[in-house]
Amino acid sequence: MAERILNGSEVVLQALADQGVEVVFGYPGGAVLPLYDEIFKQNRIRHVLVRHEQAAVHAAEGYARSTGKVGVVLVTSGPGATNAVTGLTDALMDSIPVICLTGQVPTHLIGNDAFQEADTTGITRPCTKHNYLVKDPGKLARTMHEAFHVASSGRPGPVVIDLPKDILVGKAPYLEPSQVQHRTYNPVVKGDRGQIEEALEMLASAKKPILYCGGGVINSGEQACKLLNEFTRTTGIPITLTLMGLGAYPSSDKQHLGMLGMHGTYEANMAMHDCDVMFAVGARFDDRVTGNLDFFAPGSKKVQIDIDPSSINKNVAVDIGIVGDIAHVLEDMIKIWKAKQYKINAEALDGWWKEIEGWREKHCLSYKQPKDIIKPQHVIRRVHALTRDRKTYITTDVGQHQMWAAQHFGFEHPHEWMTSGGLGTMGYGMPAALGVQVAHPEATVVCFTGDASIMMNIQECATMTQYRLPIKTVILNNRYMGMVRQWQQLLHGSRYSESYSETLPDFVKLSEAFGFTGLKCDNPADLDDAIAKMLEIDGPVILDVAVDDKENCYPMIPSGKPHNEMLLAQDSNGDEAIDSDEGMVLV
Amino acid sequence: MKETEISKHTISVLVDNEAGVLARVIGLFSGRGYNIESLTVAEVDAHTHESRITVVTSGTPMVIEQIKAQLARLVPVHKVNDLTLSGPCVERELALIKVIASGEKRVESLRIADIFKARAVDATNNSFVYEIIGSPEKIDAFIKLMEPLGLSEISRTGVAAISRGTLTM
Repeated sequence: MAERILNGSEVVLQALADQGVEVVFGYPGGAVLPLYDEIFKQNRIRHVLVRHEQAAVHAAEGYARSTGKVGVVLVTSGPGATNAVTGLTDALMDSIPVICLTGQVPTHLIGNDAFQEADTTGITRPCTKHNYLVKDPGKLARTMHEAFHVASSGRPGPVVIDLPKDILVGKAPYLEPSQVQHRTYNPVVKGDRGQIEEALEMLASAKKPILYCGGGVINSGEQACKLLNEFTRTTGIPITLTLMGLGAYPSSDKQHLGMLGMHGTYEANMAMHDCDVMFAVGARFDDRVTGNLDFFAPGSKKVQIDIDPSSINKNVAVDIGIVGDIAHVLEDMIKIWKAKQYKINAEALDGWWKEIEGWREKHCLSYKQPKDIIKPQHVIRRVHALTRDRKTYITTDVGQHQMWAAQHFGFEHPHEWMTSGGLGTMGYGMPAALGVQVAHPEATVVCFTGDASIMMNIQECATMTQYRLPIKTVILNNRYMGMVRQWQQLLHGSRYSESYSETLPDFVKLSEAFGFTGLKCDNPADLDDAIAKMLEIDGPVILDVAVDDKENCYPMIPSGKPHNEMLLAQDSNGDEAIDSDEGMVLV
Repeated sequence: MKETEISKHTISVLVDNEAGVLARVIGLFSGRGYNIESLTVAEVDAHTHESRITVVTSGTPMVIEQIKAQLARLVPVHKVNDLTLSGPCVERELALIKVIASGEKRVESLRIADIFKARAVDATNNSFVYEIIGSPEKIDAFIKLMEPLGLSEISRTGVAAISRGTLTM
C-alpha cells in the first residue's frame, strides 16, 4: 500500500476519525492553531469549546464514562497543558480512558524557555498512564493509534500526546490503525483457570461469602455487568459496591447491600468485617473502603480479580490473585461453577443472610424530613423519584452532597454515575455533565453539587449556554464546605476554620447572566414543584436548594477505625466529636 | 520469609531505549517511595533498541512484589526479572578510586590493591587511581581499607547483574 503523505494536523484528524472519535473537548492557543485550522476545514469531528482546560478533561471523562468510549481533549502548550493536569490525574486515579493532545513549541525551541513552553511530558509523566512527545513526523500516525490502544486496553487511563508545532505543520505519512501493533503493551485478559477453580472451591466452602465490586466491572463493560448479575444471582450471595462501582449491579435488588466504605451502609461494612470469603472484583482496596487495614475483614480469605497486576497485593494481601479482564474471568467463573456443579453451603448462607437482615434493621440511611427545613438527603431522593421514568445520568462534585448522592440515588445501570472517586476533585461535576450531555443529547443529565464545589468550574456555565446543553445542576447549598465542616466538627473541636461560604453569588441571577434559568427553593413543601419545573425547562437550569447546614453525612467510619466501629446518624445528637489525636493526622 | 522483613533484591528490566524511559523508572521509585540502592542502564541491543536497567532495591516481600508489578506495567517495559529470586546470579560493579598519599601509605595502598586484583590506571608522584571490578561487597571492603591510606574520591558504576547457567531473560 502506498503511503499517504499529509500534513501533521491532517494526520492527527485522520487518526482521530479512524479511531471513531466524534467529539473533541478543547481550547485553542498558539501552538495548536494548525490543528484548529484543520478542525475548521472538516466536519467529521465536532469540537466543544470549554472555558478552562481542566474542564475539557473532566468533560472528556464524563463522555468516556457514560459511553465506554475514549474521551478526547485538545489543549495548547504551556498553561493549556498545565491546566489539564488536575483532569489527567483525576482520570488516572479513576481509570478513565482519555487522550489529551497538547500543543508544544516547535522542536528547535524545546528546552529554550520559549513562550508558553512547559515540559509537558515531564510534568504529566506521573499523572498519565503513558505519554509521548512526537519529534519525528514519521512516528506521528503510529503514536496516535498506539495511544488509543494504551488508553483503552488493560486498566484504562489518560494518555498525553505532546505535539510540537513544526510537526503539525510539516509533512507526515499516514498509517491506518490496522497497520500499527504495539510491541510491548498487550495486557492479559484471560484469567488463570487453575486459580479460578481454586477460588470457586473456596467460595463453595464459604459460610459468610461476599462480593466486593468496583469500577473495574464498569470499565470492563456492559457484558461484565451482565455476567456479574448472573454470577451473583446464581450463587445467591450478598454483594456490595464501591463508589466507582455503583450501577454495576442494580441497587434495588435485595442481594445488594449498598455502597461500602467510609460513608457506606452499616450492613455492607458489617458484612465486609465479618465475612469469611471475599471476592474483590475490579476493586482496589482503597483506604476509603478498607478503613484501618489492621482490622480489615480479619477472619476472611480473599480472592482478587483485576486486570492490573499491580493492584493485587498492593494494600491488602490476598490469598488468590487472578489477573484478567473482569468479563472474561466472570464468564469462566460461571462456566466452571456450573460444569463442576459447585454449590453454596445453603444452610450457612441462610444464617448469613439472617445476620445481614439484622444489620439492615438499623436503616442506617434513614432521616427525618421536618416541615421547616430541607434535608439534603431528601433532595437526592426526590430528584431520583421524579426522574425514574427518564433515562438519567448523574454527575457530582466532591463532598457531602457526593456521598448523599451515592447513598440515596438508586443506580440500576452502569455508565449512569459519574463522580470523582480517587482524586476527589471539586469542580468535576459540571464539566463532566457537559461531556455526558454531549454524548447523550436526549437524556436527562443532573449534576449534584455543593455551594463550594460549583464555584470551582463555574465558568462552564458559558459552555452549557453556547451548546444549549440542558444540564440540570442541583446545588445542595448549606453555605459550608460541608465535608470540611463535618471533619472540623468531629476532629478539630468544631473550629470551623475557613470552611464557611461567606460570600456566595445569587445563583439565580448568575444563571440569568449566563443566559439560562436559575431556580431557588428553601421550603420543603415547594421542593417537588421546583424539581419538576427544573426538569420541564428545555435548557440548562441551576436549582439552588437551601438545605439544613447542620446535617452531617452518616454513616461514617472515622479515619483509622475498623468497619465495625461506624458512627450512625441515629446515635448522633448533632454536636459529637471524635476524641482521637490519631484520627487528626489521617486523611 | 516474614512479611515485615526487609530484603535486598536485584531486578533486571528490559526496556525500549526511548526518550524518558529512565525518568519513568526513577519517577516510579521516587513517586511511590521505593528505595534505589544502585541503578545502571545501557543499551544492550542496538538492533532492537533495547536497554537493560539493573536496579538494586530493598523492601518487604509485598513491596518488592509491588515494585515489579509497577515496573511491568510501564508501557516501554518488555520484561522484569527478579535475579535474587530466579536463582543464582553474578553481580559485578566497577569502581575508580583515587588515593592521594606518599611514602609508606602509598606503598601500602599498592600492596592492598594487588591483593584485591585492583589495577592502577593512573599514577602521579603522590596519587593513584585504582580500577577495581567485583561484587559490591568486595568494592566496599577495598574502599574501607583505602580510607586510612589517603582515599580522596570514588566513582562507582552501580551493579550489572545476570543469572548464572543457561537461564536467560
